[in-house]
Amino acid sequence: MITKRIIPCLDVKNGRVVKGVNFEGLGDVASPVELAKYYSAHGADELVFYDITASAEGRALFTDILTETARQVFIPLTVGGGINTTDDFDRVLKCGADKVSVNSGAIKNPALVKEAARLYGDQCVVLSVDVKRVDGVFRVFAKGGRENTGMEAIEWIRRCVADGAGEIVVNSIDTDGVKEGFDLEMLDAVCRAVSVPVIASGGAGRIEDFLTLFKTLPGVDAGLAASIFHFGEVDIRDLKRAMADAGIPARI
Amino acid sequence: MIGIVDYGVGNLFSLRSSFAMIGAEAEVVRAPEDIRRADKIILPGVGAFEDAAAKLRATGLDSVLVEEARAGKPLMGICLGMQLLFEKSLEYGEHRGLGLLEGTVAPIRDVIPAEYKIPHIGWNALKFTKPACPLWKYIREGDYVYFVHSYHATGCDASSAAVTEYGGTLTAAAWRDNVYGCQFHPEKSGEVGMKILRAFCEEGGAR
Repeated sequence: MITKRIIPCLDVKNGRVVKGVNFEGLGDVASPVELAKYYSAHGADELVFYDITASAEGRALFTDILTETARQVFIPLTVGGGINTTDDFDRVLKCGADKVSVNSGAIKNPALVKEAARLYGDQCVVLSVDVKRVDGVFRVFAKGGRENTGMEAIEWIRRCVADGAGEIVVNSIDTDGVKEGFDLEMLDAVCRAVSVPVIASGGAGRIEDFLTLFKTLPGVDAGLAASIFHFGEVDIRDLKRAMADAGIPARI
Repeated sequence: MIGIVDYGVGNLFSLRSSFAMIGAEAEVVRAPEDIRRADKIILPGVGAFEDAAAKLRATGLDSVLVEEARAGKPLMGICLGMQLLFEKSLEYGEHRGLGLLEGTVAPIRDVIPAEYKIPHIGWNALKFTKPACPLWKYIREGDYVYFVHSYHATGCDASSAAVTEYGGTLTAAAWRDNVYGCQFHPEKSGEVGMKILRAFCEEGGAR
């Protein structure tokens, strides 16, 4: 049986991991390469690298880091941040990324998903979407969740899947950082709308939140989180064991 | 030297890195003479069968691969590269493969229920149909490997080396003599994948 995936997300700025990391036995806690190796050895099923650099120098550093990581880590790598054109896809795929995550880039250029899927295959194109309730309606937000695009989220996700998005990362702005669990209502709405893998993001605070997610919504394929893994609040090995004990398929 | 065949299909970065990691000498090869020079051959591939098969034919590499494999050189196809080893594929029409293994590549939808998502993406467990396959030398039945695919080999009982369960039974690997195929990506399957590649590197073939 296919397993539910656990995916740590690393925010990288100027070649360094941004959010605080607190691990024993990790020499350089801000090194994305070291952290990626650590996670890979400790049960992560996949890794997401998110480039939050704005400058050209930072971008070059990011691709160097990505290349070095892909040389040493042999689980699927997804790259996001600053992906606006198919040239951006090309740049990170050449450095060893397996999938590329688009967010604002797809909003600015609605042809991007279709073009990228044609060039690199659906399995390569991940749509990441920041969603927030506004007057009871799920709306797509852009620019790191700061700007309401006015677009209805489920419609947007459906359209991108029709264009070839192979996976969807649903990041709930409403639950992000709250650490009281994933946004089950929002995720359920997305799962009902599309038949590609759905990755839940935003809201995990403890192991139980993942168990509730996978038990309540069998249509969700993966759980993504950042700081709870980086700060050691949730150890992925413990999480995987708890999943297996709860009857949720997990790779241990 | 392990020759990773570059025929313009897919990204070879991870495969090259994987062999470097396990200390095997690997080169990306494009010319027929380089493929003949290699001790072992890896045939990678992602994308559509028809396009990949056409590229192999256009470059004349199809006949080189068949000759080398028939002469006993170890050859491993990965993902679409595995599918190309079979007689034909039913992906968008009917297309001829290399014919090194008996069987037909068909949609996985034919054997799995409608509620299962396609492609089959993620980590799934191997069930050995040929426990003696040399690729399994360092791993155990039940170990997880990483899949991304919508088609798989069928009618291949003679060569099936492992299957995986996804609402139905999917062909995960094939083996006959010196010809190997992995539907999953060993280069993305962590330690288990590295062990499979190492076992392939140690395989002597019939030279």
